[in-house]
Amino acid sequence: MPKIIVEIMPKQDLLDPQGKAVANALVRGGNKDISGVRIGKRIELHFDREVTEKDIEEAKKQAKEFLSNDVIEDVVAVTVEN
Amino acid sequence: MRIGVITYPGTLDDRDAQRAIRLAGGTPVPLWHADDDLKKVDAVVLPGGFSYGDYLRCGAIAAKAPATKEVIKKAQQGLPVLGICNGFQVLVESHLLPGGLIRNEHQHFICRDQKLRVENNQTDWTNLFEKDEEIIIPLKNGEGGYIATDDTIKMLEEENRVVFRYLELNPNGSMNDIAGLTNERGNVVGLMPHPEHAVEPGFGPDTAVATRSGIDGLKFFQSALKALVNS
Amino acid sequence: MFKNKNQPSGVDTVENAKSEPDKDQPWKELGLKQDEYESIKEILGRRPTSSELAMYSVMWSEHCSYKSSKIYLRQFGEKVTPEMKKHLMVGMGENAGVVDIGEGLAVTFKVESHNHPSYIEPFQGAATGVGGIVRDILSMGARPVAVMDQLRFGAPQDPDTTRVVHGVVDGISFYGNCLGLPNIGGETVFDKVYQGNPLVNALSIGALKHEDLQLAKATNPGDLVILFGARTGADGIGGVSVLASETFGDEGPTKRPAVQVGDPFAEKVLIECCLELFHAGVVAGIQDLGGAGISCATSELASNGGKGMKIQLKNVLLRDESLTPEEILMSESQERMCAVVPKKKLKDFEKIVNKWEVEYSVLGEVIDEDRLYIDWGHEEIVNVPPRTVAHDGPVYDRPVEYPKYQDALNADSSSKLKRAETEAAAQLMELISSPNHADKSWITNQYDKYVMGNTALAMPDDGGMMRISEETGLGVALATDANGKYCYLDPYEGARQALAEAYRNVAVTGAAPRAVTNCLNFGSPENPEVMWQFKQATAGLADACQELGIPVTGGNVSFYNQTGETAIYPTPVVGVLGVIDDVARRVPSGWQDDGNNIYLLGTTYDELDGSAWAKDLHNHLGGRPPKVDLQKEKELASLLYGATQQGLIEAAHDVSEGGLGIAILEASLRFNVGARIWLTELMERDGVNLTAALFSESQSRVIVSVGREDDVKFQALCEARGVPVLRIGVTDKENQAVDIQGVAKLDLAAIRGAWAGVLPGLY
Repeated sequence: MPKIIVEIMPKQDLLDPQGKAVANALVRGGNKDISGVRIGKRIELHFDREVTEKDIEEAKKQAKEFLSNDVIEDVVAVTVEN
Repeated sequence: MRIGVITYPGTLDDRDAQRAIRLAGGTPVPLWHADDDLKKVDAVVLPGGFSYGDYLRCGAIAAKAPATKEVIKKAQQGLPVLGICNGFQVLVESHLLPGGLIRNEHQHFICRDQKLRVENNQTDWTNLFEKDEEIIIPLKNGEGGYIATDDTIKMLEEENRVVFRYLELNPNGSMNDIAGLTNERGNVVGLMPHPEHAVEPGFGPDTAVATRSGIDGLKFFQSALKALVNS
Repeated sequence: MFKNKNQPSGVDTVENAKSEPDKDQPWKELGLKQDEYESIKEILGRRPTSSELAMYSVMWSEHCSYKSSKIYLRQFGEKVTPEMKKHLMVGMGENAGVVDIGEGLAVTFKVESHNHPSYIEPFQGAATGVGGIVRDILSMGARPVAVMDQLRFGAPQDPDTTRVVHGVVDGISFYGNCLGLPNIGGETVFDKVYQGNPLVNALSIGALKHEDLQLAKATNPGDLVILFGARTGADGIGGVSVLASETFGDEGPTKRPAVQVGDPFAEKVLIECCLELFHAGVVAGIQDLGGAGISCATSELASNGGKGMKIQLKNVLLRDESLTPEEILMSESQERMCAVVPKKKLKDFEKIVNKWEVEYSVLGEVIDEDRLYIDWGHEEIVNVPPRTVAHDGPVYDRPVEYPKYQDALNADSSSKLKRAETEAAAQLMELISSPNHADKSWITNQYDKYVMGNTALAMPDDGGMMRISEETGLGVALATDANGKYCYLDPYEGARQALAEAYRNVAVTGAAPRAVTNCLNFGSPENPEVMWQFKQATAGLADACQELGIPVTGGNVSFYNQTGETAIYPTPVVGVLGVIDDVARRVPSGWQDDGNNIYLLGTTYDELDGSAWAKDLHNHLGGRPPKVDLQKEKELASLLYGATQQGLIEAAHDVSEGGLGIAILEASLRFNVGARIWLTELMERDGVNLTAALFSESQSRVIVSVGREDDVKFQALCEARGVPVLRIGVTDKENQAVDIQGVAKLDLAAIRGAWAGVLPGLY
């Protein structure tokens, strides 16, 4: 199934409480070399047909305006998997 | 005075907000998210809850609803708008207020009677409070940590747009203990705590006098009515 | 798989069942016994199809059929007088009982277990437990208005307890908060006996107008059977994979999840949608889908209405197209409801569900025949009398045996434990900072208690209270209790005590107790000693209900709560519902005013067997549990009701686990107002020593605080009602301390520190 994949991460300089909690748990579990964890989102847009350039443009727009909140998040990648 | 309360799928505190408006002396008008007709209301409350299950981000999907789009338009023209909890999240997602709200620092949902300080009593929703008045109203959220860039925080502080600050305990890790904000004009206010749960003796927070007798939230709605009369 | 309409799809049809009568079937793997399988064949006059086998196996399971408990549960219906049934609009057997509370209003309430799923996957297990009980309440036509939960966890320090506590509390918090239902109370108990079998019971209460009552039955032939809400997916059908493997031949069993995943947003929308459907009068019958999914909903609706149904299973909207018919029938996907809708109301139905963006599909219709037909495309895969699936399952009179350990257990009294009276204060502090008596707000602060704006009382008060009518203040109070230790020592007496305590906890709020629900958590019914416990507990509860004059309206049984040979303590959670004409008269569990007199109502006996003092401080459990005198309970409740009606009581707190000492500390911590207490008169009057005065768990006792102006009236009232009353202290706002004369002056801040830090420290 062709799909567009949008990856979103919390902004680098902002607190990511989820990531912090997971990092603490990992370190407690013995993974001493892990210096940090950040947790983002992967969103898949599925198509029943080939993905076009126009779809990608639209996806990038939606990724910026709706799928992410640019106050707290960054869109780090918009990719296509056919 | 007619104050609208928008119900989105997943809204929970809409009936509570309507009750609060009624107890304050206003007429509550139920509004439906899919309807862009605001029924000529004089002010709007975006109530608490989990609109659209808080999926994607809290308030993000509700911010795109037809009724919200109307609210955004009218708010820019001065319509008093109060966003409570999820409603605050909608205001932030709609860019009527700056910043963002993220998962509580301690990772848990928290429900408690929260002490706040009223930092700005010049808004449409706080004009009946004294400046620096300390009030107690319930707080209940899972994603109430307020964050913004340093520049935004600086601007908010300098322009006196922090309306409420958490006292004694910061329940969610919000920057600068920020509990609520207003826009430049003072007609749009958003906060995480729930004034509509402190409007009726017997059903509010405990006070030093009697069980569940706190009604500090009532002044929010009375302030709006006063602002409307004066305008 | 064949798609062509004229070729067989590979499913096991009724036709196949007739033509291949000797085919081997995995009845054993599905949990059926040989004779149960034989009786299915007898009912049908042939072997069941694999779909029928799926339906019978799940509907005849212990969980759905109550086959081991049925003969005992009957007494809840039999030991009832017409007087007791006066307020009962719907009794046992429906999704939940319905109680008339006056003013044309009624409430429905029920408690149910979700123990096993909550151990496997604590978050989803607990979340879907809340979701399930709320749908039960909704299907009676009521708006759900509150939830409570009764939790039992393993040893507090065990690492696995941390996993379960976090998962369960997060799950309840996530689902209940997102549904917008205030959580108004419950219980949390730690004991290593629950290590491999935590108990997660969820209670919900709903309110309705009399005329809005809905029932789960299909009575009119021609009405449509509509499934709506979430789509059907592969939730909770791990058990049917044996059938899937059979259908798919060589491909091997499909991996299917054994747990269900909940979506509270979908349920919230479903609640609002259903209420709108009810009020529009478009629904003739409704059933929620829980355990056993479509198998249960179709067969019960048909059986309850004395009619049949013809269903096209291909019409079920699926989340996963690869599901087999057997899996669709057994799927436990959450947030689904099944409605019976008259054809001419279909348009109205569609309009409402479309407004709420809820998906639906018409599965079939009600027929005037005692038959449930289910087709898969053009093939018939089920053809059964619905009653045989839904109601005429097997009934067992399982062997019962007096436990071998019982006599030695009862002989092992706590009287041998040393009573160091000089250490009483230290013991009190140790008890208040033990996990079972410590502050539970780390848990309860994760639940929304405010939403809806009708919560008049919630934790940490003894019972939860909700306003039902905003016009008049009419409301209800609810409390649940179960002391597993007492029930282990004596299941008959322990069950009576659970009822007595819940009854008392309702009475202290100012409400009049009216009805009962229960969730009976026990070990394996195949163990005759467990069955003895069950027999004793149900008899104790039924007798006690009769004595108190309040009926059981419904409930739930959870068996097989055991790890290997070790069963949990018998834990019959009992919930009591009370009615209060105006919630403004509610009474909190702690004092707030200065200088009020503190009275102890009731008599203190030397009863330390099974107490917190024995178990939590001395790790001793043996002897006989405290005696329950229900006549005294009734008198006490009636006194409290009379006194609250006259507004004489400022605060009232039940004296139970931990005894008078713990009760006093809790009442002081409630609003951070101290007290001066003297116990010598009490010790003299009741002939008990200091340890018993502080820690005995004698029943029918309550502490109250009364304003000085009401003193004379209050004492006279006690005298008139024959309730023993003794002034044991006075509230003290000035001194931030609980000063127990001759024992110690305990600083409130120190008590709070010891009490509040325990759960946050552990979890």
